Amino acid sequence: MTLELKQVTKRVGALTYIKPTSLKLEAGHFNVLLGETGSGKTSLIKLMAGLEPLASGQIFMDGQDVSKLSTQKRNISLVHQFFVNYPHMTVFENIASPLQVAGMAKSEIQGRVEEAADILKLRPMLNRRPDELSGGQQQRCALARAIAKESNAVFLDEPLANLDYKLREELREQLPELFAGRGAVVVYATSEPEEALLLGGYTALMNDGNMTQFGPTADIYRAPHDLVSAKVFSNPPINTAPVVKKGTRMQLSPDLSWELTGTAAGLTDGDYTMAVRPHHVTPTQTPDTRVALTGTVLVAELSGSESSAHFSMGDQNWVSLAAGVFPYRIGEVHQFFMDPQHCLYFAPDGRLVA
Amino acid sequence: MQKRYIIPIVYILFLMLPIYWLIAMSFKTTGEILSGFSLFPQTWTFDNYRVIFTDPTWYWGYFNSIAYVTLNTVISIAVALPAAYAFSRYRFLGDKQLFFWLLTNRMAPAAVFALPFFQLYSAVGLFDTYLAVALAHALFNVPLAVWILEGFMSGVPKELDETAYVDGYSFPRFFFKIFLPNIKAGVGVAAFFCFMFSWVELLLAKTLTAVYAKPIAATMTKTASSAGYELGLLAAAGVLTIIPGAIVIWFVRNYIAKGFAMGRV
Repeated sequence: MTLELKQVTKRVGALTYIKPTSLKLEAGHFNVLLGETGSGKTSLIKLMAGLEPLASGQIFMDGQDVSKLSTQKRNISLVHQFFVNYPHMTVFENIASPLQVAGMAKSEIQGRVEEAADILKLRPMLNRRPDELSGGQQQRCALARAIAKESNAVFLDEPLANLDYKLREELREQLPELFAGRGAVVVYATSEPEEALLLGGYTALMNDGNMTQFGPTADIYRAPHDLVSAKVFSNPPINTAPVVKKGTRMQLSPDLSWELTGTAAGLTDGDYTMAVRPHHVTPTQTPDTRVALTGTVLVAELSGSESSAHFSMGDQNWVSLAAGVFPYRIGEVHQFFMDPQHCLYFAPDGRLVA
Repeated sequence: MQKRYIIPIVYILFLMLPIYWLIAMSFKTTGEILSGFSLFPQTWTFDNYRVIFTDPTWYWGYFNSIAYVTLNTVISIAVALPAAYAFSRYRFLGDKQLFFWLLTNRMAPAAVFALPFFQLYSAVGLFDTYLAVALAHALFNVPLAVWILEGFMSGVPKELDETAYVDGYSFPRFFFKIFLPNIKAGVGVAAFFCFMFSWVELLLAKTLTAVYAKPIAATMTKTASSAGYELGLLAAAGVLTIIPGAIVIWFVRNYIAKGFAMGRV
């Protein structure tokens, strides 16, 4: 099964919600839509599901044009961020409902519902109503409905966002196996870069109604092809700063520069923007982290085994994220180190150049 | 007994007094009612009720009232359901103004519409039918029902509609199998208010009927006979008009509380 978008757009009145987007999504792995709230993930999912009309462009499923086909006829599943089940039906009836509508035989429905309930550990709750379940169970019920139906495409719109941390981790581990081998195109929207990395597969980065980059998740994490994509795919936000290339050295400030190697060395002299991920800026030095940054600590946070520090260097704010516990003191001048190998360089127009 | 019970008890006694007096009167003879003050019927009589249940002019009054009230409730809810769905789910040009305009219909006194309705219905041959009264009352009940139902419908997330479409439900199937069961409290509350308005409204009901659709309240105003006012009979008829309302309230009492909680009753 494949799901292909060709130059689709969405407009409401004079506002453009989705700028022309082309994507080819395939079955067999997760297709993650990653972007902040309001970046157009849900809008794009609604377009693919046929819940909202296309302003222009076409959608193909397995090569067939479904742009004009109603939602009911697309044979898809959708799990919302909020736990949406039919409140007046039991869990069994909820899972069975798409199968009943499709006119499946009673005995087969029974089997399919029980199979889905077993996978999602809902067997003891089959006769209860959704409002008697916990949030995690309600969302599992919605997921069971999606897997019981053998749909061509499954859309998961931030399905874990409203769950607590433990449940989220538990369900996230389960998700890839739930849909493995079902032949459906799985589209997963999330605002958390870590989720995209954990789920693997392919990722499309969304920003302000634009799909900025699409490719295998690990590739686009390593090599975001522009500055916007780099910013979308980083949490905490990626550190950026204007730099100047002079000869073989990259200069961040008059007294801070480093020797360039690899492709970066071949760049023409001039202005660039550098970007380095927070976890590549550390308070301890290793032989590789040659560049020392001196800054004043503004905010320090300790989250279990990781320490993060926001520090200012001149007029720029940077973030460092490191494993281990570091007793930062606010207002203190501290040294941080980075390996220039980890720096990404972008041309003034935002393209990745090295 | 604790002091804090005194005020509620006094309040309830105060509320129940006229109803008690009506019930007590209905078991008295007209002679006893006119003869002076008595807390209980001195001689119990069921004659008043016997007259109502045996005299066709009386029991037809009840039947007529129930017929047009039921017809009105059905029409009002059937018309208000799709209207309320549109107001709750779609944005269209002038939707808020239209919603407000609908409600302003309730601000006009019924008397204003009595004459035009009378003339129009006479001209088209609707005069003195159940449909005449039911339609006239719909002018007041449809806006009310739309308003109540819109509140309940907006309490159902739009995602539920979307989930149903994704699951393959066609719109009608979704509306009746998924949506209606989730707003049945609202339908109950709206039906209750339609019923009550239509049941107690007298001016239009009297103006638009003569014989065949004459409501019970109109029958009650014509009890002056050669023997003077039959007060016992009137009281018995009054008791019987309270009963349908009481039954309806019993059925929707939980929904009404829910409607209040949603700020729409």
